[in-house]
Formats: sequence, structure tokens, C-alpha cells
Amino acid sequence: MSTLSTAAVLAQEVDEPTIIDDSGPIFDWGFAVDILPDMLMAFLQVTLVVTLVGTLIAAVLGLVIAILIMVLPGPLAWIVRWAANFIRMTPIVVQLIFLFWTFLWMDPMTIGIIVFGVHYATYMSEVYRAGIESVPKGQWEATTALSMSAMRTWRRVVIPQALRSTVPSLGNYAISMFKDTPFLFVISVAEMVTVAQTIGAQTFRYNEPITIAGLIFLAASYPTAVLINRLEKRLAYAH
Amino acid sequence: MDWLDTQRDNFQVLSNFSERLIDGLVTTVQLTVLGGAVAFLVAVVLGLMAGSPSLWLRGPARVLIEFFRGISLLVLLFWLVYVLPIFIIRYDIPIPGPQDHTFAVGVAALGINYGAYAAEAVRASLTTVPKGQWEATTALSMSWQHRMRRIIFPQAWALMIPSLANLWIHLLKGSAIVYILPRVNDLTFELNNLRRPTDIWFSHALVGLITYFLLALVLLFVMQALEARAKYRLGRGPGLREVFSLRLRPVSPDGAGGSAMGEDETVEPKAGARAGGEER
Amino acid sequence: MPTPTEPASAPAPDTEETSGAPVIEFVDVEKRFGDNVVLKNLNFTVERGERVTLVGPSGSGKTTILRLVMTLEELTGGYIYIDGEPLTHREKDGRRVPVSKKEQKRLRTRIGMVFQQFNLFPNMTVLENIIEAPVHVLGRPKKEAVAKAHDLLGQVGLSDKADAHPTSLSGGQQQRVAIARALAMDPEILLLDEVTSALDPEVVGEVLNILRTVAETTNVTMLIVTHEMGFARDVSHKVMMFDGGHVVESGPPEKIFTDPDHERTKSFLSAVLGDN
Repeated sequence: MSTLSTAAVLAQEVDEPTIIDDSGPIFDWGFAVDILPDMLMAFLQVTLVVTLVGTLIAAVLGLVIAILIMVLPGPLAWIVRWAANFIRMTPIVVQLIFLFWTFLWMDPMTIGIIVFGVHYATYMSEVYRAGIESVPKGQWEATTALSMSAMRTWRRVVIPQALRSTVPSLGNYAISMFKDTPFLFVISVAEMVTVAQTIGAQTFRYNEPITIAGLIFLAASYPTAVLINRLEKRLAYAH
Repeated sequence: MDWLDTQRDNFQVLSNFSERLIDGLVTTVQLTVLGGAVAFLVAVVLGLMAGSPSLWLRGPARVLIEFFRGISLLVLLFWLVYVLPIFIIRYDIPIPGPQDHTFAVGVAALGINYGAYAAEAVRASLTTVPKGQWEATTALSMSWQHRMRRIIFPQAWALMIPSLANLWIHLLKGSAIVYILPRVNDLTFELNNLRRPTDIWFSHALVGLITYFLLALVLLFVMQALEARAKYRLGRGPGLREVFSLRLRPVSPDGAGGSAMGEDETVEPKAGARAGGEER
Repeated sequence: MPTPTEPASAPAPDTEETSGAPVIEFVDVEKRFGDNVVLKNLNFTVERGERVTLVGPSGSGKTTILRLVMTLEELTGGYIYIDGEPLTHREKDGRRVPVSKKEQKRLRTRIGMVFQQFNLFPNMTVLENIIEAPVHVLGRPKKEAVAKAHDLLGQVGLSDKADAHPTSLSGGQQQRVAIARALAMDPEILLLDEVTSALDPEVVGEVLNILRTVAETTNVTMLIVTHEMGFARDVSHKVMMFDGGHVVESGPPEKIFTDPDHERTKSFLSAVLGDN
């Protein structure tokens, strides 16, 4: 939708819903076909990009947070842990609006990627922590017996073992993030649901765009979830 | 002392705004509590259906759970506000128009969306009740309702609380999006009003995020107290001492309840299985 | 103690404690789990008041028989009759027709079971465990059920534990409560599924003694799966030796334990009894 600008005027709120069109088909297939390309573009260019880059940030930053909490001295670890708790237990919507207005010069989509990446990093850090804790104590003792450096112990022994069991959980968080991307609406990033709402507001036909948006979400998230579920079972049996 | 002056101004504005902010907070709490109640109802009904051996119950429940988990909260919200009215008018459905009851729409959307996630937690925790318990209820000829109400659910309850706690906090966080609806003046809505005359970090970070954080902590403590009570009733765990410890359970978005499930020794073998959905 | 004297080939002994009417009847029973056939063409009867012990190597289908009677497993072929009434399916024009849930429940309330793993309800006290089903399933007055529960707790030697939580009890105590819970339903048939297998050796005796007393003082029909051969010999009228889903031989315990006809029975008994 070229009419949409990512330079938002203010944090979005929706207009009073008005029902005007009370004639014609309840679901206009022709109209649906017309708007499908715009919505798919928004899906590919924004929704997917935010999800993928956000997941990448979350996966890396989450590991950093998990390790920091384990290696930092007490008080510092405590600060990192509670900072992570704070981010995790506050709404993404408010975080988005907060950063949007704080860094007005920044591209809202970049802000979105950062917020999703950091927010989900705090979740993923818990997954990593559990993964690291599941590495048997004997592994640590063996590295000590071999006089391996701390760095080498983490890099070659602990993290490779910890990562294996975390893959399904990380995948599930990626799906969660995917389903949270419509929150970008509040900072006027033209992701798919925002585009759907805009089309509705301009044409007074809401059924088609919103139904399509919902179906695309289902079509993308359900198979992925099934796939991850299967992976999880496979990994569980392998252990 | 420019900075200090600004802060004084900020707090001045805050005190002028306090009444509205408190109204907003009350609305957020209402959304969270009512939405949570709806979600719990949805979760128990769909969870019991999904755990049933009958395909006629399990099938529809699975479809509904996957559907409402799969579409995003905002899509559901938009659908209720924009699309449902079309059907109501077209087919003369005798329910009040959603556009006039935006608060109810918010509660419904939150309840349905998070209820579908919680249903998965309910179903999963039912399966962790040891098989012997089900068999004992058969040996005593208990009816389905009787065994669920008196034997199985009370035991599953202790296992599902951590997951439900996670999801309730998610619901609180998710409730922030409902401010986009007209006439739902929740905390986020009022924070946006406060933002205009004050510093952004002041309104959104200091007032907004911290308030949400404290609310989330309150939910967490309520649920930990419930969990301690439930465990105490099952004869596990000491009861209230744990409740007052400031131990944060990892809040994970998959409602998996993290550590709390597996670590307790259990009466029967194999009660440590993970309760929770495959996602969120 | 009953002292049946009939030879092994004869039907169940007709002492003053058994009435001669079959209370459990297996007709051509078949049980398969998927492709795995556990029981096939199984026919036997248990008479009212009779106490029958099933012995045999693990995996021979003994426990499955108890679980079929308790309707914990689905019957995949044949018929089981309780007091002459079909428990799961009835024969109608040569076809197996499932009985109604209501009929099944009516029969099932007359059957009680004690499990290997006790399966007490951890969310209830000992007393609540015992009165739950009599009050809410049989609809007995609560007062009456409580009085009976205390009576039963006295019999199993746990009068002081009425308000305790099951998790605070030892295994032996839990199993005694489980016995009281089963008896509180006044079952006509009591199924005992390896009730001492999960217990520490030093408490096995007290649980068996309680069951001996139950056997002596009541006329309840018992179907027992156990590895305690001494107990089996003391309480049963009949012992059935199982192997591979078949009854190898059956007869009074004196006969089976001292002079079995079949080689398979001999080798099994010498294995479980040691150098006996």
C-alpha cells in the first residue's frame, strides 16, 4: 500500500468503526483477490522481516543474557536478571510506544525489530538457562580435570550441549513473536494487519482484508508449530 | 537546574493526571481480571474437551484451540470490531453491537485468545495425573463429572497453575493493545495522554512500564499463593512459607510453567511431564 | 481355613463358603493390544465366595484378567458375565453387542479393586478417600459412611490416621487404607492386583494378615494376583496357573503347590519358591 507511510503521526488508535456497506456480498471474492497482493507484500516485507531479524537478535542476545547471569558476580547478575524480568513482564505495546517517541529519528520498523528482539531475548535467556543447567555436572568436572579454560569450556562443551535441547523452544518463541508482530500497528508500521485495517478504513470493506490476514497467520503459524512439535518429540526420543 | 525543574513539572502534571491514570489502571485491572475469567472458562471447557477420548469432543476442541491460537490477538480484535457487526446487521443476530461495547470486545478477545493457549495447558496437565488415579476412580465406579470434579481436576490444578500464571501475565501485557479501541481508556491510553505534557521516558518508562511490572508481580504472587495452597492440599510442599519468598519463576511465553512442574517429588511415578502448549 | 479336597480336575470346591453359582464367568475371552494377543480362548468360572489366585510368570496375562473384570481394559473378544449378566458385551444373534453404560456401572459397583500402587487420592484425607465413593456413587448417608469408614480403619489398624494425608503415610499404611477404601463399597467381588509388590518386605506381612482376616470373616469373592505363594496357599480355594495367556492347570492349592501335573507349573513354582 503506497498510501501508507511508516512516518507515523502519533501512536495509532483506530477510528470509530462505521458500518456503511450493507449491500452486496458479505465476502467479495473479487475484492479479496484485488487486495491480496498488497497484503502479501506487507507480509513478506514487514511481518516476516521483523520476525526473522527479531528472532536472530533474540537468539543471540538471549544466550548472552543467560551466560551473563551465570558468570557475572552476584550483584551484577542480579541486576541483569531483574532487568530481563522487567522487560519480560511489561507490555510490548508500551515498550514500542516508549521507544518510538524516545527515538523519533529512528525508522519505526527498526524500533519494532529492536523491541521484539530484546523482549524475546529475555524469554529465550530462560530457555538457554534451563539448557545450560541440564548439562550434567560431570561435564564441567571433566573440563576442570582437563584444565580447559572457562572460555573453551563454554564454547566447546557447555553451549553445544545446551543448544540442542533449546531448538524447539526457540522455534516456539519465533512463532509467538510472529503472532505479536501486529502490535506494530501502534507505531504505524505497515505490517500485514495494519495494512488490512487501512484497506478497511479506506474502502469500508473490512471482512475481506481481516479474514485474509487471519488466514495468512493461520497458514503460516500452524504448520510451523506442528513442525516444531515434531522436532521436539524427535529430540526427546533421541535423549 | 533545568533538569530538576523539568522533573518537578513532570510530577506536577502527574499529580494533575493521577485521577485519570488511576481510572486507566482500574480499567486495565478490569480487563485483566475479566479477561482472565473468560480465558479460564474457555480453557477449562476446551481443555476438558481436548482431553476427552471421544473424537466428537476432541476434534472440535482441537480446531478451536488451534484456530484461536493461530490467529493473532489483534486480528481477533479487529474481526470482532469490524467484521462481526456486518454479520450482526446482515443476519439480524440478536446480540448488542460490538461497536457500542468496545470494553466487552476487549474482554472477549483477550479471553478467547489466551483461553485457547490455556486450554492446552489444562489438557496437558490432565494427562500428567497418574493413570492409577483414573483407574482408581473407575474401580470406585465414579461418573465422569464426579471423577473430574473431585479427583482429577484438583490434582491437575496444582500442575496447571504455573502455566496459567504465565498466561495471565501475558494477558495483562496483551491487554495494552485494547487501548486502540474507542472508549477503552486503559492505562496505556492514559499514558499516551500523559506523554503529551511530560517527558516520554517519564510517562512511559517511569510511570507506565513500572506500573505494569508491579501489576504483573501482583498476579505472580497471587498465583504462587494459589499454587502453594494447591500443593499443600495434595500433601506436597510446606505451604505458605514459599509464597512469601521473592523467588521469580521464569515467565515463559509457552505457558510451560518452567521449573515449577518437574522439580517436586511426586507420590506416583511420572508426574513431571511438561504441561503447556507447543507454543507461547 | 477352608480345606478343599477335590482333585485338580474337578470344578471349584464346594465348601460351605462357596455357593456353587458362578459369579464371574469368562467365555472365549480374547484380549489383544494391537497385534499382541495376551489372552485367547479363555474360559473359566469363579463361584460365589470362592477365592481364586492366579499365578504364573509375569506377562502371562494374570493382571490383564483382573483389569478386564474391573473394565480398565477393553475386552476385544468373548464375554465376561458377572452374576450371569454381561459386563461389557452381550451375545445377540451371534454378534457382540456392547452393553449400556448404565448396566455396566450397576455391575461395576459390585466389584472392588486394590492396586499394586495403592492409587489413593492425594487431594483427600484418608477418611475422605474412604467415604468419597460410598457417599457420592452409592448415595449412602454421610454419617453412615463415616461410621463404616472408622470401623474399617479400625480393622486395618489405622484408627488414628483418619485425618492424615495419604502422602504422609508409609507404603504399607497406604495399602491398608486402599483395602479399607475398596471394602467400604461392600463389594461382592474383590480384585487384588499384586497388592504387596510395591511394599517394603517388612510390611508385606501386616497387609497380608489384614487380607487373611477379610477372607476369614467375610464371604467376598476374591480374584487374586500375587507372588506371595504362602498367602495364596492359605487363602485360596483354587489356584490357576497361567502361561502365555492360557490356563496351564488349576486346582486346590495343596495339589498345585505340592503335586502339580504340568512340567511348566513345576518349573515356575521351583523358581519362585526357591529350593522348595
